[in-house]
Amino acid sequence: MSSRSKEVSARHRWTVASRVAAALLGGYALTSAATVLLALLWPIPRAQGVFAASMLGFTIYTIVVLWAFHCPSVKRVWIVMLVGTAGLSVLAWLLNAGGAA
Amino acid sequence: MKETLRQTMAWLHTWVGLVAGWVLFFVFVTGTAGYFQQEITRWMEPERPLEVAPAPYDAAELTGLAMRRLDEVAPVAASWSITLPHQEASRRGWNDFSIRWEEMPRPGHDFGASSSERLDPATGAVLPPEAEPRDTAGGFGLYRMHYSLHYLPYDWAIRIVGIATMLMLLAIVSGVITHKKIIRDFFTFRPGKGQRSWLDAHNAVSVMALPFFLMITYTGLVFFLFQYMPAGRDMLYGADDDSVDAYYEELYGEHEHAAIGRPAASIAPLLKQAEADWGKGNLASIVVERHKGEEPEIVLSRARMGLDQYNPPQLRFHAETGARLPDEPREGGAPVATANVMYGLHEGRFADIWGRWVYFAAGLLGCGMIGTGLTLWTVKRRRRHLSEEREADEHPGLRLVEVLNVATIAGLPLAVAAFFWANRLLPVEMADRAAWEFHSLFAVWLGTLFYALGRPLRRAWIELLWATSAAFALIPIVNALTTDRHLGVTLAQGDWVLAGFDLTMLGLGGAFAFTAVKVTRRLKPRISSAQEPAAVSEPPLQESHA
Repeated sequence: MSSRSKEVSARHRWTVASRVAAALLGGYALTSAATVLLALLWPIPRAQGVFAASMLGFTIYTIVVLWAFHCPSVKRVWIVMLVGTAGLSVLAWLLNAGGAA
Repeated sequence: MKETLRQTMAWLHTWVGLVAGWVLFFVFVTGTAGYFQQEITRWMEPERPLEVAPAPYDAAELTGLAMRRLDEVAPVAASWSITLPHQEASRRGWNDFSIRWEEMPRPGHDFGASSSERLDPATGAVLPPEAEPRDTAGGFGLYRMHYSLHYLPYDWAIRIVGIATMLMLLAIVSGVITHKKIIRDFFTFRPGKGQRSWLDAHNAVSVMALPFFLMITYTGLVFFLFQYMPAGRDMLYGADDDSVDAYYEELYGEHEHAAIGRPAASIAPLLKQAEADWGKGNLASIVVERHKGEEPEIVLSRARMGLDQYNPPQLRFHAETGARLPDEPREGGAPVATANVMYGLHEGRFADIWGRWVYFAAGLLGCGMIGTGLTLWTVKRRRRHLSEEREADEHPGLRLVEVLNVATIAGLPLAVAAFFWANRLLPVEMADRAAWEFHSLFAVWLGTLFYALGRPLRRAWIELLWATSAAFALIPIVNALTTDRHLGVTLAQGDWVLAGFDLTMLGLGGAFAFTAVKVTRRLKPRISSAQEPAAVSEPPLQESHA
């Protein structure tokens, strides 16, 4: 990924673009889902839990993005982001529906 | 990307830093100025009187005068509030004797109309409003831009700054991971060695104030918590206005006011107790209010201090009997208390004047960190030294970065100086004067961009740095020519706010002159460019910045 390399192949550019999108956008989705779930699990009043989980969201996002840039496979990054977001969202939905019932 | 953690983090650090660098430099310059925003505003409003030492007063006497006036103008109200004269760290200034009251809300409204008056501490007579100073953006205008930028809708601006801040957090953490030997690097400086010197400088500056950078970045994000991380609130409560209101009511509790009037309790002993607890001169305010379904109360608050500026120490008494009431539980629990401390840390509201100079210095180190980082990016990629004046041979992307660097690092400070010049030189009666102070700043900034585009980079750097130095150094002189609030008067009077501003401008002028001399020396054209080849031939760095 050196900027000095003479010809950066188009394929390489797309891989980098894909990784950036997976890290920043996918990571944000994953973080958001994690925040909702964390807010539901935090054993304090709900409104406070939302506040605390959201504050922690920036830490989660940082870790997720750093991992996304370190992970050797872009495909794996996408899978973790998508499956993770979906999985956490379902868990949060079940937990919230259960709590409301 | 089968690379080591340090390699991938170095790559990330490099590119994230480049993308966010210019916005962050702007945020750091304007935000750093913000630590003195009240002082800057005072300088920008030279019509205000010089500072005088406050006269001693009797709290019970003033409270009596205030109550009499409140009883006259608002015998039935949602709340009464009396401010006693006091110095306050969180507002960084003096508060005059004044009263404020809120009328009972009309049906269907949450709040009633609020009014306030300044009273004469000697007689209790209502003082006329202070003479309006010139229309100015003030220190607040400068400070406000560090999160809301300018010329952009607020909602966009805070998100642009938010993204840049998040990228900064990523840059900080990845930068720390990149450094195997963070302590040793800190004590390493190899001057006069081109790329290495820039790297050493970047490391030293960054590590020196690392806790500050982490703190300022994270707390900055928390200021706009639900603008940046809305998922939890929006998913569990809803994103529309009513749901958001409901969320905050649940978080902070709902306080509906019942009508109050003049308290029957005798106030003097209560004030005595507060002064005994907090010391004379630290009693900041007396509020009379009644939450629906509760007893009417008198709340005495201490001058704001400490890390949690939103919750100063308080004493509560029953408004009819004068009996002490238990402390009110703080709403929001640990998470809100944590956030309050974060806000206090970010703004340095707890800090006295010396503490604020430390904040100011840390802010300048932030400018230094970003500036050296942006420079390092170009120094590593240049094939020829700037002194050769052959930058046309370089990659256009590199040239773009270099031009933006000159215009930002040397140009933005010049534009800030222009902002202060405009305050003194624009006609006092000019329409939209405050807006034109901003226009002056951005016009000069744009000018420096064109200048950097049109000149050889070496000269652009040197000339803009000298121009910035001169622009700052001349501010006290422009001030002396246009107002009677110049150093001759302010130093003699011991008005350290106004004198301090002018002296700081001279200091900045000196600092930029020093930088200009250094840069001139570094970029001196060499007799033969072959004699000292450009950066490419330097030995490769041990650090794995890609």
